[in-house]
Amino acid sequence: MRMARWQPLATSWDPFQQLQSEMNRLFDRWTQPTERSNGGAVDPAVNVWESGEAAYLEAELPGVEFKDLEVYVTGGNQLTLKGQRKPLVPEKGVWHRQERPVGTFVRVLTLPFAVDADKVDAKLENGVLLVKLPKHEAAKPRKIAVKAE
Amino acid sequence: MAEATTTPAKGLAEQTRPERTRGGIQFSPRVDIFETEDELLLYAEIPGVKPDNIDLHYENGELTLNARVTPRLPTQGFLLKEYEEGDFYRAFTISETIDASRISAQAKNGVLLVHLPKVEKVKPRQINVRAD
Repeated sequence: MRMARWQPLATSWDPFQQLQSEMNRLFDRWTQPTERSNGGAVDPAVNVWESGEAAYLEAELPGVEFKDLEVYVTGGNQLTLKGQRKPLVPEKGVWHRQERPVGTFVRVLTLPFAVDADKVDAKLENGVLLVKLPKHEAAKPRKIAVKAE
Repeated sequence: MAEATTTPAKGLAEQTRPERTRGGIQFSPRVDIFETEDELLLYAEIPGVKPDNIDLHYENGELTLNARVTPRLPTQGFLLKEYEEGDFYRAFTISETIDASRISAQAKNGVLLVHLPKVEKVKPRQINVRAD
């Protein structure tokens, strides 16, 4: 069997990588003794894509308020997504079903290029977080003029 | 368990109903169901759904949730792809102890909250005992 190299931020996406990522997430859930409840992971799944002169990160965070979220870039290309999923139910009552995860989460991602940390922009709409990560000047593609002698 | 999810993020909806005409993936939203003294509260996670695209229907003791997602993700250029986007569908059987005429719902931050008020007669009541 051919071994595939684990590349969390490969430039091309393929189903085998997706499968591996899913398997990792599945085993992480069983092996990590955290406050996860009922099959739902607290850590949000993320999608990252590149378009033009920026990268975009999207995460589904239903029920999370903007004030409970922290997004920042360190070291040029390290993106940290921190937050808390708070319970929404009233204090007094009885649970019939609890599938929504509760707790704090941190995800750190390394981007394949440096980001202009001052221009990072995040918005939260209908429970979906979208972070725009503009490329740093040094990371932008540059056209090199070829001179004919 | 009937509602077990297949992925950590959200589970695919079960195909136990007529096929739909809209393409794409469909998920079963994660829900919390909580009972207070006066009502049942149902919280359903439907991230990415605009409140106008939520269809909540009650008929013959069944509450059906249909939420349509507006496509946001690009088709190419992914560096990391951990989840897919898709519509949400889930149906719930509502017992007769719920007053269907007073069911109400509101959406906030990608969570739909459905209020299912109990019928007056099933609410617990304190009976005063008078001394003669």
